[in-house]
Amino acid sequence: MLNYTFHWNQAFKALPQMLDGAVVTLQIALLSMVLGLAIALALTAFRLSGNRILSGFATSWVEVARNTPALFQIYMAHFGLGNFGIHLSPYTALLIGIAFNNAGYLAENFRGALKAIPDTQARAGRSLGMTPIQAFRLIVLPQMLRVAFLPATNQMVWAILMTSLGVTVGMNTDLAGITQELNARSFRTFEFFALAAVIYYIIAKLVTLAARLVAARMFKY
Amino acid sequence: MIEIKNVRKSFNALEVLKGINLTVNKGEVVTIIGGSGSGKSTLLTCINGLEPINSGQITIDGTDVHAKGTDLNKLRRKVGIVFQQWNAFPHLTVLENVMLAPRKVLGLAKEKAEEIAVKQLTHVGLREKLSVYPNRMSGGQQQRMAIARALAMSPEYMLFDEVTSALDPMLVGEVLDTLKMLAEEGMTMICVTHEMAFARDVSDRVAFFHHGVMAEIGTPDQLFGAPQHPDTQAFLASVR
Amino acid sequence: MFDTALTWSDLAFLAQGAAMTLAVTAVSVTAGTVLGIVFGVLRVQLGAIWSAPLTFVLDVFRSVPLLIQLVLGNALQSIAKLGWAPFTTSCVVLSLYTAAYCSEIIRGGIDAVPATTRRAARSLGMTWWQDMRYIVAPLATRVSLPAWIGLTLGVMKDSALVLWLGLIELLRASQILVTRLQEPLFILLICGVIYFVISFPIARLGGYLERRWSPND
Repeated sequence: MLNYTFHWNQAFKALPQMLDGAVVTLQIALLSMVLGLAIALALTAFRLSGNRILSGFATSWVEVARNTPALFQIYMAHFGLGNFGIHLSPYTALLIGIAFNNAGYLAENFRGALKAIPDTQARAGRSLGMTPIQAFRLIVLPQMLRVAFLPATNQMVWAILMTSLGVTVGMNTDLAGITQELNARSFRTFEFFALAAVIYYIIAKLVTLAARLVAARMFKY
Repeated sequence: MIEIKNVRKSFNALEVLKGINLTVNKGEVVTIIGGSGSGKSTLLTCINGLEPINSGQITIDGTDVHAKGTDLNKLRRKVGIVFQQWNAFPHLTVLENVMLAPRKVLGLAKEKAEEIAVKQLTHVGLREKLSVYPNRMSGGQQQRMAIARALAMSPEYMLFDEVTSALDPMLVGEVLDTLKMLAEEGMTMICVTHEMAFARDVSDRVAFFHHGVMAEIGTPDQLFGAPQHPDTQAFLASVR
Repeated sequence: MFDTALTWSDLAFLAQGAAMTLAVTAVSVTAGTVLGIVFGVLRVQLGAIWSAPLTFVLDVFRSVPLLIQLVLGNALQSIAKLGWAPFTTSCVVLSLYTAAYCSEIIRGGIDAVPATTRRAARSLGMTWWQDMRYIVAPLATRVSLPAWIGLTLGVMKDSALVLWLGLIELLRASQILVTRLQEPLFILLICGVIYFVISFPIARLGGYLERRWSPND
């Protein structure tokens, strides 16, 4: 028999505050994805460039992002840069850490997608008189997007879950941060965090659902 | 006119074309037969500049294909090619597959490109499949679409690289019929093929390739009726 | 010459942290894999409809941040007055988390075995168990192993979050040294190198197996 009374009312009263936090969470996740996608494109171009230094840089980025914890990457942005006198706010450090992580995984995703499109496709385009750039843009890229899309949406869900790590570097405006502040004031740990879990779950599912709808519209074949 | 003069081509240490000479005139249908590894498919990809050559010269209407400064993209509009693997663009419908190059390469307006595409697709018997995605069609249908896609660029020459080799036996006929139709319409064609009956029916001249050399060339009656070269005789005996 | 206040005993402290990371990972992956296999087989046997509740619960573990799961797990054990140590709580939560992903991998592996192959086995008079043991398990392992290796490494990296419950694993140990020595970059770099040295070779092995066992080859 549990000798514990659940106080759900207190948690529900804080719901508007927590939803504000959820907006910040979504904002960081989206921004980190935009940054991550842009960097991943650059890293992919570096890898394909044939330049040793550029491709070495890109490969190092990808391997570090994939072989160290996301929390470590956030710590690097928050504490590590302190060595150079750069003191980032928790928000910025979190954003940079997640963007770094996203870029690494997305670059690997792009590489796989590129491999999945047979050379003969570009060749067929060239034989119709297309320039290499046209063949890439009109034939290879659209097919690559389809292959890369699902893993990219998974990365978006990951980004949302990763934002919760901000609380460990003092972030207090996102969903996890606000929940932790409420918890510190009331000690109703279970109620607040259970509610936060439900909100995270709903956000993750909505993002997945939205991605599926977009995919169904975009990729009809 | 396509003029091939003493063309040599190697992949690393392997020489696949050992000095090929061949002239194909406007309106002529030339088929190339021969065992696998005889270099016949490689010749086609050299003709439209997809592969470089080591020495010799290929000219199309006087333009040197492999000279520096030759605009290959422009040249390829004149020379259509269809491959053994039809290479349909899976992300585009049949109509879009055929419209793409006329729009983006020739810069035609959408309506004009669509008109041409519909005409060519009707020509190859795919009028009913315009809005279908290629992976919903049989190999034979996809191959006919690939032919329409090449024809939509209004090429003056067509190269066919073993276009029936990857098809189920039941689907070979429909593609060969399409080729025959083109030949009858006066298209200048070079076909690499394993279909001897087809070669005999449609060709003005048949060339036999053996180990990177054009061993023999002549009219179908000459080549199939009275082959001169012992390798030709051996090859024809083996495929009969 | 590079100057640091880091001593050998500090390095030993980091090594202890790394040992804690590996311990939490080993326990969680072992328990999580066993549970994951059970859940995975159950999901295949029950079919999509009857396993829907199980699938839903497992999906929750994959859609809620691990940090939140750890906090909730800790709060629950405290409410239930179980008196678990942080190590136990961490391992229990991480095991369930691992099981959720593992069941997905197992299910994918079993589904990848062609139905015709299984029918062939049954038509030779094999029992369900024999079919599972001699036909499905070896084939499904090939499909699942690269993903399972990826999962193990993922759990190893995610185990850093148990620092929130007060466990001194590798990252927390580094953070303690950073606070004391005020050399954040140097110490974090060492920490990162340790993670990398553990993870990279195994990740490479997984990639190699994936390429080698790829069904397209």
